[in-house]
This record gives sequence, structure tokens and C-alpha cells, in this order.
Amino acid sequence: MPVTTINGREIHVDDEGFLTEFDEWDEDLAKILAANISVDLTDEHWTAIKFAREDYKAQGETPTIRRMASVGGVDTKKMFQLFPKKPAKKMSYIAGVPKPHGCV
Amino acid sequence: MTTETQAPLVPNFDDDDTDRKIAFICSKGNLDMAYPALVLANAALGEGIETHLFFTFWGFDMITKSRMHDLKFSPVGNTAMHMPVGDIRIPQALAPLPGMQPMATKMIKDQIAALGVPEVPEFLDQIVASGGHLWACRMSADMNKLSEEDLYDGVEAIINASDFIEMTDGAQLLFI
Repeated sequence: MPVTTINGREIHVDDEGFLTEFDEWDEDLAKILAANISVDLTDEHWTAIKFAREDYKAQGETPTIRRMASVGGVDTKKMFQLFPKKPAKKMSYIAGVPKPHGCV
Repeated sequence: MTTETQAPLVPNFDDDDTDRKIAFICSKGNLDMAYPALVLANAALGEGIETHLFFTFWGFDMITKSRMHDLKFSPVGNTAMHMPVGDIRIPQALAPLPGMQPMATKMIKDQIAALGVPEVPEFLDQIVASGGHLWACRMSADMNKLSEEDLYDGVEAIINASDFIEMTDGAQLLFI
């Protein structure tokens, strides 16, 4: 697995650049990850990111767009506004969790 | 193996690659045949791809308000229909018996729900919220004597075959 240096810290990532170690993430790192993909973080982004992390921790799986709406309280339209075009992947990247596994 | 990279490794989300366009022709109204297009369209939207669904012939039931909540699955003619346990195939001679269709429908609905996948109307809601475009076929509307008021609200318009062909210029097409 590659190790990349972000903000002077060594971070474990997969071949695409998604974090592989849940505990290497913190909010300062998230800000840099967001800037890397040109996302300006707002309170609504943080709501989504924090739910994604909590849910991943509890379920062992990244929430899908549908779960973000039905359980996380961030509706689908909002997800596409917050993380344009590829909401699930972009949110996962910033939240330091794997890409969603399921089809829907 | 550990490799060290100098510049931060950032996923390539291909934001500038906006050319891809995909269209699904939904021609079936059986519950099991409603899902392939919905699942794939939803996935395409999640990848930032312009996505269209065109409902025609039996696929019209997927967007007809009075029918879309109640699509059925039939084991008749489906030799791949197995019982959930024991890998037992349902004999075709039994498939048309009374009660088989509701049982099979319930079984498939339960299996889909267990995966957290929504029912057809709710799935269409999600596709529309994700920016997907839904279109109804003019000939099917005329055959069924249905107008836009009879159709799911997310359907943008009833369009004819030429409109659809024009609209999908350059798109990848899937007929289901």
C-alpha cells in the first residue's frame, strides 16, 4: 500500500489515494483532502462527513447515497450539491473511509 | 509492499470528462426486469454521467401511478427461479398455480429490501433527485390511453420515438 505525505504527515492510502487507516484521519486532514479535490467545506459538508465516519465505524461499511438520505438525513439532491458529480466517492475520500461497497 | 510517493496521491475524479451520456430503454413491467435499469442508472448518475430512462411498452407500468407500486414477479417461464434455501428449483409445472406469483413476488421484494434497495417508486425518486431524466413513450401512452397526469410526477414529458433518438445522440444505449 502506498504512503503519501499530506501536511507533513505520512498517510496510508490505496492505489487511488483513498485513506486506508480510519484513525489517521482528523478534521485538519479532511480540510486538505477537500481542497485537493476543490471542495469548499461548509457545515453541511461536515454533517455528511461526520455521519459517514460514525456510520462506517458502527456498520463497518461506508453509507451509500441512499443511506445518507434515509439514515444520515442528507438528502440525495443535497449530496450532489455538496460533492458534485460523484457524491459517494468524493464524500468517502474527504471522510477517510472506503468507497461504498454496495450497488445502490 | 510499501511505496513512498512524494506528491500527495489524490484520486482522479475525472471532473472534466463530461462527454459520457447513457440512456436506458425500459420495456418490461415485471418486477425483476424493472431493477436492472434502475440500479445501473443510479450508478451512472453517481459517476456524474448524464442519464436518461425511456419507458416504453410494458415498461410503462414502472411509471404509471396506479401500477408502479404493485409490479409483480412471475416464476412462469423462469427456470432460474429457486427457493431461498436448499437450492431447489421450482418445477415449471407448478409455476402457474394460484398463489405462486404472490409468493414469488413477496420473496423477491423481501430479498431486495434486505439489501436496502428501495421499491420502484422510491428508486425513481432517488434517480430524479440525482439528476436523472425520465421520459415516457408516446405510442405506449396512446395505446394505454394515458396522459401525463396518469404518470409519475418525475416524468419530464411524453415524447415520440424521433425525439428520443434525437435526444440520445452520442449516448450509450441499453435496451432492457
